Amino acid sequence: MPKDHGIGASSKRREDVRFLTGTGNYTDDINVYGQAYVAFVRSDVAHGRITGIDTAAAEAMPGVLKIFTGSDFEGVGGLPCGWQVTDRFGEVMKEPPHPVLAQGKVRHVGEMVAAVVAESLQEARDAADAVMLDIEELPAIVDMKKAVASSETLVHDEIGTNLCYDWGFVEDNRDAVNQAIKGAAHVTTLELVNNRLVANPMEPRVAVGDYNRAGDMSTLYTTSQNPHVIRLLMGAFVLGIPEHKLRVVAPDVGGGFGTKIFHYAEEAFCTFAARALKRPVKWTSTRSEAFMSDAHGRDHVTKIELALDEANNFVAVRTETYANMGAYLSTFAPSVPTWLHGTLMAGNYKTPNIYVNVKAVFTNTVPVDAYRGAGRPEATFQLERVIDKAARELGVDPMALRRQNFITEFPYATPVAVEYDTGDYHATADKIAEIADFAGFETRRKESEAKGKLRGLGINCYIEACGIAPSNLVGQLGARAGLYESATVRVNATGSLSVMTGSHSHGQGHETSFPQVVSEMIGIPEDQIEIVHGDTANTPMGMGTYGSRSLAVGGSAIVRATEKIIRKATKIAAHLLEASEADIELKNGAFSVAGTDKSVAWGDVTLAAYVPHNYPLEDIEPGLEETAFYDPSNFTYPSGAYACEVEVDPETGQVTVERFSAADDFGNVINPMIVEGQVHGGVAQGIGQALLENCVYDETGQLLSASYMDYAMPRADNVPMVTVDHSCQTPCTHNPLGVKGCGEAGAIGSPPAVINAVIDALHSGGFTHVTHIDMPATPNRVWAAMQG
Amino acid sequence: MYAFEIERPKSVDEALAALGAEEAQPISGGQTLIPTLKQRLAMPSKLVSLSGIDELRYLRREGDALMIGGGATHGMVAREAATDFPGLAKLAGKIGDPAVRNRGTIGGSIANNDPSACYPSAAMACGATIVTNSREIAADEYFQGMFMTALEEGEIVTGVRFPIPQASAYMKFEQIASRFPLVGVFVARFADRVGVGVTGASNNGVLRWREAEEALAANFSPDALADVTAPRASDMIADLHGTAEYRAHLIPVMTKRAVAAAE
Ligand SMILES: Cc1cc2nc3c(=O)[nH]c(=O)nc-3n(C[C@H](O)[C@H](O)[C@H](O)COP(=O)(O)OP(=O)(O)OC[C@H]3O[C@@H](n4cnc5c(N)ncnc54)[C@H](O)[C@@H]3O)c2cc1C
Repeated sequence: MPKDHGIGASSKRREDVRFLTGTGNYTDDINVYGQAYVAFVRSDVAHGRITGIDTAAAEAMPGVLKIFTGSDFEGVGGLPCGWQVTDRFGEVMKEPPHPVLAQGKVRHVGEMVAAVVAESLQEARDAADAVMLDIEELPAIVDMKKAVASSETLVHDEIGTNLCYDWGFVEDNRDAVNQAIKGAAHVTTLELVNNRLVANPMEPRVAVGDYNRAGDMSTLYTTSQNPHVIRLLMGAFVLGIPEHKLRVVAPDVGGGFGTKIFHYAEEAFCTFAARALKRPVKWTSTRSEAFMSDAHGRDHVTKIELALDEANNFVAVRTETYANMGAYLSTFAPSVPTWLHGTLMAGNYKTPNIYVNVKAVFTNTVPVDAYRGAGRPEATFQLERVIDKAARELGVDPMALRRQNFITEFPYATPVAVEYDTGDYHATADKIAEIADFAGFETRRKESEAKGKLRGLGINCYIEACGIAPSNLVGQLGARAGLYESATVRVNATGSLSVMTGSHSHGQGHETSFPQVVSEMIGIPEDQIEIVHGDTANTPMGMGTYGSRSLAVGGSAIVRATEKIIRKATKIAAHLLEASEADIELKNGAFSVAGTDKSVAWGDVTLAAYVPHNYPLEDIEPGLEETAFYDPSNFTYPSGAYACEVEVDPETGQVTVERFSAADDFGNVINPMIVEGQVHGGVAQGIGQALLENCVYDETGQLLSASYMDYAMPRADNVPMVTVDHSCQTPCTHNPLGVKGCGEAGAIGSPPAVINAVIDALHSGGFTHVTHIDMPATPNRVWAAMQG
Repeated sequence: MYAFEIERPKSVDEALAALGAEEAQPISGGQTLIPTLKQRLAMPSKLVSLSGIDELRYLRREGDALMIGGGATHGMVAREAATDFPGLAKLAGKIGDPAVRNRGTIGGSIANNDPSACYPSAAMACGATIVTNSREIAADEYFQGMFMTALEEGEIVTGVRFPIPQASAYMKFEQIASRFPLVGVFVARFADRVGVGVTGASNNGVLRWREAEEALAANFSPDALADVTAPRASDMIADLHGTAEYRAHLIPVMTKRAVAAAE
């Protein structure tokens, strides 16, 4: 019988009641008395020198309160970057200033040049239309290789190059890797693009800045995955507001996918303008603005080489990647193609020699930063594609080639600086064969062929590093932040409790799964437990939600705080039961004395803590509230095997995903239903990347895919029913729950399976000259590939 | 959006009177016009809504023809033409999503003449007649290239008269983002002729593929198209979603499929 509560139960997501009945409280639902509205004037050229901004006509328009330009922000800090990468030569990365409003130059379409604050949104927009920008257009640089090859066009003149850093990992391995490749029996080479994506959360970004003169207190309501991080970055680095005078609230947030991690100029602007005008100032992004101002994801161009010996053992991997940073360094941008990508290049395999080179490049495009998976999908895609290509070249079964090279002994220290604690890659490989029904594939292929379609089966494995991250380690790697998590457990007198977590829920279901953990530990019903998050005023300093870290790190902090609560409650119970603390057991919400029938209920103990009439006041304080900070000692390493079956229409190149199966090892699972939902969503985004989504600039830096007319999001009918299995469980060895995290796996593991399947389908139809198709594999691209 | 006034007339005559005002513009389902206004790409001072005019919302059999009022929504066509003209009903049933089909109208679509709109291919293939408040215009003369029509200022589409073919089908190859046709082909077989209308593909807007019409009139089967000269790639649209060559390639593929599916 599956459990109906606590760890392992598929408790229904309690937050969905408000999301599905329109009673959520999103940032745009927040309206502060006396609020004014801002409309931003954004650059419509990709690169240019600002020679004049004429605001006279706009200022005279009805309702206008003030028009801000770059000069109003002189003396104000720029947006900080949270990660400093050191390059191959020991030099730190180039870090040009990132102003709130453009200073001197504009560097991408959509960059904010001026801001009109007015009484109403309509008035703000009308006046924004009347602001006259004089911009002397400069040639734009969009292509990364050209940007590095020549300094003729510089995104940032003052740094003299478009190269942010040239990173080698591990630099000391370089010669050994080159040697191994030279001496290898077979080398498979693949050049590929990891396409630029726009995250497109359903809720666009919103910021409301408020200022209370009486207390000199600023408040920012914002669509963020990590309100404390925003408070620290914006308060300390941009606006110089001390943290005790700044509150950041991120209420219900309608999807983030990474793009709501970062500190954005609009947030700083609204907070700044509210102080300047002594009025609340609100901004709600339009969808068009979102396309040109939300940080984009991916955008790598890679050459990967896989070297094998005569027996098909992997002997070396060498990669060279160009990673687009866009025009400015977004908050965590430098870490994505380096530490979140290079460290994953071992994959599930015991390749002894690995060298990763990454050139991060400035271009006249929107900044690029983490998007669901962040770096790990890029690593997985290139590795799993090159392995598939190698299997074809060598005429061996692609899964057999993988299995032969699997890491089987743990802990395993990779040549790229991480140590996998546990895993069982053969188990998920066995499981995928079963749930994807490999045995029935040939029959299904014949059925497709009878309809005039080509059918392909694509498989891949993946490993990811999440549960981000040990603070001391990431500190050495350039992080300018700690990556612990916090929790306060506040027990009320009558026994119910609130958990204040530094994690942030924007779709993950924390309000349901976190209480399952606490309920399991104490033995009280889940509905006695409330999760509080998203407000710096009532949660301990936390780092927020991304990198599949909430349960592994935030959940561990909750466990630690709950353990403290239980320790103290046990003391109180021992006093009430007149027994020794060592004999007290907590079970099903009651404390009892071992071996007797004496017991006291949880609620009586909590009441005693707040009404301490009969209480060991000389030993312990009254009250029952504990805080814990948890810093993980390692990343967690979820892994798995995915399989995709596609049909290709040989006349049109149209690809349809017919079946998709995912066998994951997430370690222990708290709520299987939520885990399945996370995998479904990740797979939908992975299929989106593989077949549909593409953010495209032309060579002048104009964004061509600037709306849903041209940017293809996956829809329900693009995604088949996904078969998900997470019964292979090798619990994480270093966190108290044994959990690994599941938020990004679907998006990391699925794109290579889709493309491998497309190539397999084409080969079955005799199109054996097709060795690769770049994502998205649109009908036109597949058809063109077939033409040769 | 810029501010505008709106009028909601109850009859065509009232609508025409209201449209006499300067910078007045009709609005039907708003499925094209509202997004345009939201992006501030149009600035009409007055919108005259045609959606409250009952006399424009009908489908009616007129002998061998189906007469569709300009205010008939795509949803109405999908439901009410299903028996008389299933090819057209299915075309309408695949426009956009249910919300679009419940608001968008045939009059709005024909007036707008988006190069990727579905209805114009059927109108061309069938030799439909576009009926306005003042005259009747043959489809061949009405569609004049991308977003260009024979409509005069202030003239509105009150209906479209489709001769009903013996068999017909529409094949839409969707652009992956908008799901408008990247190439859409409507094939209509009549007793004495065959019509082939192609949308989405050409720089000159909707077109008739006359070589295919002739070949199919002689032999209404997909094989008949084997040696027929296809429209030239040099006239085709090239964009993010498809090269000109790809669009040119899809025209015969979709035409064959439409012939095979015609009912
Ligand atoms: C998400 C989405 C998907 C879509 N997919 C498709 C698709 O696959 N295929 C397709 O063909 N279309 C598609 N459309 C467009 C849709 O069919 C529109 O309904 C249609 O193009 C316009 O009709 P409307 O009634 O909404 O016109 P409106 O938007 O109201 O008006 C459009 C234009 O026509 C003028 N106008 C309106 N009615 C008349 C009239 N009776 N006489 C003269 N002028 C008039 C208006 O002034 C305006 O210039 C889609 C739209 C959306 C939003």
